[in-house]
Amino acid sequence: MQCRNIVKIHRGRGVEGERHGFRAVDNVSIEIERGRIFGLVGESGCGKTTLARAILYLDPPTSGSVLFDGVELGSLKPPMLRKYRKRMQIIFQDPHTALDPRMTVYDSLSEGLINIGVDKARRDKKIRELLDRVGISSTYSRRFPHEFSTGQRQRIVIARALTMDPEFLILDEPVSNLDVSIQAQIINLLMDLKKDLNLTYLFISHDLNLVSYMCDVVAVMFGGRIVEQAPTEALLAHPGHPYTRRLLASIPGGTEASGFAYSEESLYKQPDTEPDKEKEIFASSSANLVASDACPYYPYCAQGDSECKNSAPLLRELSKGHVVSCYKNSAGQEPEGIERTT
Amino acid sequence: MDESGPLLKIENLNVRFSHRGKSVHALRGIDISFYKDEIHGLVGESGSGKTVTATSIMGLLPRPSAEIISGSVFYKGKNLLLMPEDELRTYRGRAISMVFQEPAKYLNPAFKIGGQIEEMVMLHMGLSKVAARARARELLKLVGLGRDGRVLDAYPHELSSGMKQRAMIAIAISCNPDFLIADEPTTALDVTLQKQILKLIRTLKNIENMGVLFISHDLGVIREIADRISVIYAGKIVESAGKESLFNNPMHPYTRLLMLSIPDVRHRGRKLATIPGQVLDTTSTPEGCLFAPRCPLAEQRCFSLTPELVEHEKGHLAACHFAGKSWNL
Repeated sequence: MQCRNIVKIHRGRGVEGERHGFRAVDNVSIEIERGRIFGLVGESGCGKTTLARAILYLDPPTSGSVLFDGVELGSLKPPMLRKYRKRMQIIFQDPHTALDPRMTVYDSLSEGLINIGVDKARRDKKIRELLDRVGISSTYSRRFPHEFSTGQRQRIVIARALTMDPEFLILDEPVSNLDVSIQAQIINLLMDLKKDLNLTYLFISHDLNLVSYMCDVVAVMFGGRIVEQAPTEALLAHPGHPYTRRLLASIPGGTEASGFAYSEESLYKQPDTEPDKEKEIFASSSANLVASDACPYYPYCAQGDSECKNSAPLLRELSKGHVVSCYKNSAGQEPEGIERTT
Repeated sequence: MDESGPLLKIENLNVRFSHRGKSVHALRGIDISFYKDEIHGLVGESGSGKTVTATSIMGLLPRPSAEIISGSVFYKGKNLLLMPEDELRTYRGRAISMVFQEPAKYLNPAFKIGGQIEEMVMLHMGLSKVAARARARELLKLVGLGRDGRVLDAYPHELSSGMKQRAMIAIAISCNPDFLIADEPTTALDVTLQKQILKLIRTLKNIENMGVLFISHDLGVIREIADRISVIYAGKIVESAGKESLFNNPMHPYTRLLMLSIPDVRHRGRKLATIPGQVLDTTSTPEGCLFAPRCPLAEQRCFSLTPELVEHEKGHLAACHFAGKSWNL
């Protein structure tokens, strides 16, 4: 799975009919190796879900290409694309809206199988196996979604995604709506499935703690761009981007739980202390189709200077597989604002 | 009032909701004491009774579906639950006030932020329009929105969700409350904003010397903010202790399992502990410990004998037959 220079512009019209373009995803390239879990973190509105949808060609990217198993999805005709898409499935955050309330679990799961022409006996067997695998008793298959709890519904959604025997799953905040105890069950289930079925995951979340627990490689997204990407250990040990460090500092109870202590003040500047700067950036990023020149994090960055304002830093490699887009960090240098407690 | 005594005390509170002949036992005898200048964290899963506890204190339980079977909420020697509505109104929003999860839902979209704060202080503190304006300005400054007059004259839709929550907090503390209830105030926010709001609540507590009840389902958040923590399960407090004591020595298996089910980066690849089964169906009232059906330690007596919430160490209460003994999961 490879994405090259994905750009997605949401177009719209303003109140006076003027054209708007919003670069939701800006020049993102990622590569996900088979059998790995690739984590994508960032705050709401940073473009995580847009990127996911672009990868699946649910919302084709404005420019850039998506390669799946070496084949460029953009070049495929719809019937072929459907065939490829079968191998890639997505699981959304809210299992309440993901399931059709008027369809029984059995109907929901068999819909896709019917479409690809699986006969009834094989369908029944497959559905029974999958429900069993996700921990839902197959005697419940005639029930409707409202008869299940949120955690159970998410299991059903996972089972439905698996009916197509996918190789690649996009998990878009799959546990954000769940209680911690149920969250743990779903995470364990996903980890087991990955191992047993040899799946590849793109795991999207705003929870850096969870992402670092699950993923092999983590990419941090801000303002539509990847600002840092590294193997999990490297990211935790040497976070190179100020935004990554701020995320780490924000893990609740994190200073005690993860052994990282960051002084928040040195990393973050209240954006409302400089409303003009904020406005300027906001205006330039939302109203223009041209990529903004400044680093997307510049308005929030305590270390930003004129260099950051005039041109956005490119991704540079710090160590093997560890890339960062920030002028203020050179390889091997311990960034400011970090105190290691362990 | 006795300074060392609790600011607000809930005793044996039982609340039941009835709808179309079905009834749900939401709170089954809650006992908590809240002290001045202390942040009390209440943690539990959805449906465990966290919000019902908060709304009972505020006298905001939906009637007639909710029924208080027994119990009392004492504030300054008076039982809030027996108070007539007119009298309660002089406390609610003034001495005891609340911040909700979704600020967007509780701010009136048709009025400017400044106006909404002014309304509060004019109503409760009897300030003049001019004085109220000054107070609103001061409050916004306190919650970090006061750089210029912008927010004062802004409508809710012009603010980001973090700013809205700050504005909500400004409204909640506008009348110098003794006691602030924060019901999942950061759940709808991004982690970086969450951190700021938590810090703000702590700062304000220090300035105003309030007692705070902070409700969350997230043990991490609770760990960050609370001085004292109570764990609620199926409408009952199962453990209550100071933060250090609770995290170093959880006495109830439910508390321990909750802690283990949070992913820890240092143990990547290790399976997360899970709590088998679902939260107890609140329509039933089984004998014995409510957690017993999900508890790995449960033995015969747990299903027949209800464990009381008793003090095992100084300030550390737990309702479990195994509390105070050594056990492993």
